[in-house]
Amino acid sequence: MITRRTLLASAAALGLTAPLPAFAVTQQAATQLVGQLVAEVNAVIASGQPEGAMLAEFERIFLRHADVPTIAAYVLGPARRAATPAQMQAFMQAYSAYVARKYGGRFREFIGGEVEVVTARDLPRGVEVETRALLRGQSPFRVDFHVEDSTGRPLFFNLIIEGVNMLLSERQEVLAMLDARGGSLDRLIADLA
Amino acid sequence: MRARSLARPAALVPAALLALAACTPAPPGTQVHDPYEARNRAVHAFNIKADTVALRPLGQAANAVVPEGIGAAIVTFSDNASLPGMALNGLLQGNIEDAAVNSGRFVFNTLFGFLGFGDPAAEIGLYERDTDFGETLAVWGAPEGAYLELPLLGPSTERDAAGELVDILLDPLEWVGSDAVEAYRRYGTAAYVGEQIVERGQFMGTVDGLLYESADSYAQARLAYLQNRRFQLGPASGAGGGAAQADGFVDPFADEGAAAPAADAYPDFVDPFADLE
Repeated sequence: MITRRTLLASAAALGLTAPLPAFAVTQQAATQLVGQLVAEVNAVIASGQPEGAMLAEFERIFLRHADVPTIAAYVLGPARRAATPAQMQAFMQAYSAYVARKYGGRFREFIGGEVEVVTARDLPRGVEVETRALLRGQSPFRVDFHVEDSTGRPLFFNLIIEGVNMLLSERQEVLAMLDARGGSLDRLIADLA
Repeated sequence: MRARSLARPAALVPAALLALAACTPAPPGTQVHDPYEARNRAVHAFNIKADTVALRPLGQAANAVVPEGIGAAIVTFSDNASLPGMALNGLLQGNIEDAAVNSGRFVFNTLFGFLGFGDPAAEIGLYERDTDFGETLAVWGAPEGAYLELPLLGPSTERDAAGELVDILLDPLEWVGSDAVEAYRRYGTAAYVGEQIVERGQFMGTVDGLLYESADSYAQARLAYLQNRRFQLGPASGAGGGAAQADGFVDPFADEGAAAPAADAYPDFVDPFADLE
């Protein structure tokens, strides 16, 4: 059974988080996080580097500001119960690269557009920061970041684009990937890595 | 964005409404009601083939040869031709503000945006308020019905499929009866096809990821469509126990297998942390 403590410990071992005491995140801190993320994405776009280099930057931005250990643990769902700590750590490492590639790549669609913070509100846990993305030739659309600071600094643990929820979509996808491999977590880790 | 066809006997409207009466009740929350899954999956396989041989290569070609400005003009023109229908739906929903915005946008861009190829309306904050007859049906209280994947048109529901049919049949541009307006409507239909190609090219990476890189692209498309549609329709979607579908709060810290949102007030919230305690 993986507890939150062992999970955070393995995350810290990976250098993904700093093991500091947890406080509830404030709306101000959550908004600041999203503002910083948007500024970093815009800076990469403005730099005009080749697309491959930009994608690598987007992945780094995603990893820097996302609560990847929490996301990885959640998307594994019930399969997490049967996983050993070593498997969890390997999965987290493999999944980080996968999810950063997949969702960091989405930032590319913001080229030529702009994202602005609209408002922030408290959630049952953490804070929702609502943003409005304006891409060329499109009506404005809504992107929400769900932010918490359980690791000691504000990180987003969910991303909702026009109602499409990253955690729910990813949990379904990971389940399908496991099914396709006869439920073998080791095979999934090997394929993701 | 709506499909438009050239022939549209308005007599089919009652038939569409009758078909709707057969809709199964809408499920709550993020649940998926998919009694036709086997047939839907067969249609999905067909749609992927159609994408592979036609839409995707056309999107690639558009990316290569169509200048960005031209592509944007095609999309804007197509959307402009569908604004009168959206304004009509706004009226049918009792949403005067959206109907006025869509009408104002149509008039403004048709007059000052080169018949709708340009988008000066966006510069004064007059954006499209996307709607369709599927939303009108939802506002009127029709249940969402079962999930459907339609050939070439893609993900839908029983309610949205009925709405799409009615939108094809009821286009205000057709009622004007002038040759010039009729020509405009037909160019709008052609631009709609162009829009699909341009947008396939524009979102190449995301669409490819969904259709070709997912372990279960059918289930991913289904979940994305239902979440997005329920978000668009808000409380009228009938999927969230009357709560706004705007927050998407999933508590990944909580859960234990429960993919359902924690509370009606936070339909999108997932607590991953509670999962780990």
